Amino acid sequence: MSNFVKMKSITIKKPLKLDCGKEISNFPLAYETYGNLNEKKDNAILIFHALTGDQFASDINPVTNKEGWWNYAVGPGKAFDTEKFFVICANVIGGCMGSYGPGTIDPVTNKPIGTNFPVITINDMVNAQYKLLDHFKIEKLFAVAGGSMGGMQVLQFVSNFPNKSKVALPIACTASHSAQNIAFNELGRQAIMSDINWKNGLYDGKKFNPDKGLAVARMAAHITYLSKKGLQEKFGRNLQERSDLKFGFDADFQIESYLRYQGSVFVDRFDANSYLYITRAMDYFDLTKQYDGNLSKAFKDSKTKFFIISFTSDWLYPTSENKDIVIALNAIGSDVGFVEIKTDKGHDSFLLDVPDFLSTIKNYLNTTYLNINERRI
Amino acid sequence: MKEEFKVISELVDEKSRVLDVGCGDGILMEYLSKNKVVDVRGLEISKEKVKKCLSNGLSVVEGDAEHDLKQFPDLSFDYVILSQTLQAFMSPENVIKDLLRVGKKVIVTIPNFGHWKVRVDLLFKGEMPITKNLPYEWYNTPNLHMCTIQDFYNFCNSKGISIFKTISLNGKKTSKITSSNLKFKNLISELGIFLLEK
Repeated sequence: MSNFVKMKSITIKKPLKLDCGKEISNFPLAYETYGNLNEKKDNAILIFHALTGDQFASDINPVTNKEGWWNYAVGPGKAFDTEKFFVICANVIGGCMGSYGPGTIDPVTNKPIGTNFPVITINDMVNAQYKLLDHFKIEKLFAVAGGSMGGMQVLQFVSNFPNKSKVALPIACTASHSAQNIAFNELGRQAIMSDINWKNGLYDGKKFNPDKGLAVARMAAHITYLSKKGLQEKFGRNLQERSDLKFGFDADFQIESYLRYQGSVFVDRFDANSYLYITRAMDYFDLTKQYDGNLSKAFKDSKTKFFIISFTSDWLYPTSENKDIVIALNAIGSDVGFVEIKTDKGHDSFLLDVPDFLSTIKNYLNTTYLNINERRI
Repeated sequence: MKEEFKVISELVDEKSRVLDVGCGDGILMEYLSKNKVVDVRGLEISKEKVKKCLSNGLSVVEGDAEHDLKQFPDLSFDYVILSQTLQAFMSPENVIKDLLRVGKKVIVTIPNFGHWKVRVDLLFKGEMPITKNLPYEWYNTPNLHMCTIQDFYNFCNSKGISIFKTISLNGKKTSKITSSNLKFKNLISELGIFLLEK
């Protein structure tokens, strides 16, 4: 699906040892950049994408021809101001936008790797993306940022590389995937794996793909990204292009039609196996467990300045779980700011035009950049 | 800048770690970090104010002192500051205990309910006093536990809290409060500023 657009990528030659025990080497990591790296190379921000994101955070995504997933936040004069900062965003390994993933063609069989792809973790994703610092010869990033799974990568990045970023912005995320999070992901995976076209993950990626299963997975997940109030206000019990119920199973209600549409457009841009691998990586994410049940230990060597944001109506990664990260940081005297933004837009808030959220990030980054330079921290 | 903040910042040693509880817009935090080069953090309950602080690059955590002070380890700050907020808590006694646990030293400022204008209002008007520092009506005031400088002084003594310094603020005038002039200062001070230690 991404074969016809020229994308930037690096080839990671050295073997990368994965958490599952396997090693991968000579693999591609696709990325995109916005803005310019300054002479001092102190204005770089590495942005991590969420489950279904990719490297095209801003502008028009050349593959889908739609706006980048974080177009509200990344661009000239925006929250991550590309007139000031050099924004780098990579497609995670396991993804399907040019980075090494289950959709990558195996040169031996000339078929997609499929489920022969190794199970990867958030840690593996972050370790692969770290190579971008070498590529750009950046000694230290100004910031790492991301929402949802992107936020998990932010946390993992700081714990793996304690002094490689001055600022960290984990947004609407968690340090440990909850039973509810795992449950929803499992629902999505089961939908994909029950699709007759999935074929144990060895579908050819051309004619017959597990599109139905992937669409259902997306529909289920999409509900978790919205709030009950948001859904009720947007759709209520409104009917879809009809004046009365039809006593059948077509999409009578607007919400049904909306979800069906979300499912159908998703399969055009996303690979079902990638969905399995990435949700698995999220489920395996438990930074607290990585540090023997003490989350503070993950950050004890870091001087990174944290700014954590949650949303009132986000029930997928609720404020309490974001606050656990704040508490862990305060317990070791780390530099941390935290705010819960009031919005009805649910977990999706971090991707949407929520002015309070965007302006606070913008001002925080701009002021902090100046402060750090003045004080030469 | 408020006179009160100047007095507070004079009590803070340079290069110390400070937690401003109920930091509001972060004006004191900013003043401290610009003039004293201290490592300063804030805790604030109002979302609007937290956003303002963060927009200015200040490390402020949204939270309520009555619940969220718990997350700070013992003696993790050189100073913990509580400016004109004590009276708004459900349990001022517990908050003071927590402040003294978290901070090596604690600076508390009290809007003085013993000021003569307050007393005169109540005595002659027979109505709950409204002043510059206490601008609310009785039915909408967030101030649940008003006290006088003398009350707080007595409280500290009865709880075994050491008072290092007590400063009276009246307009722009500051003066020392001692056990011998306490009754008089309690009459003329708008604000009492206390430097405490466990």
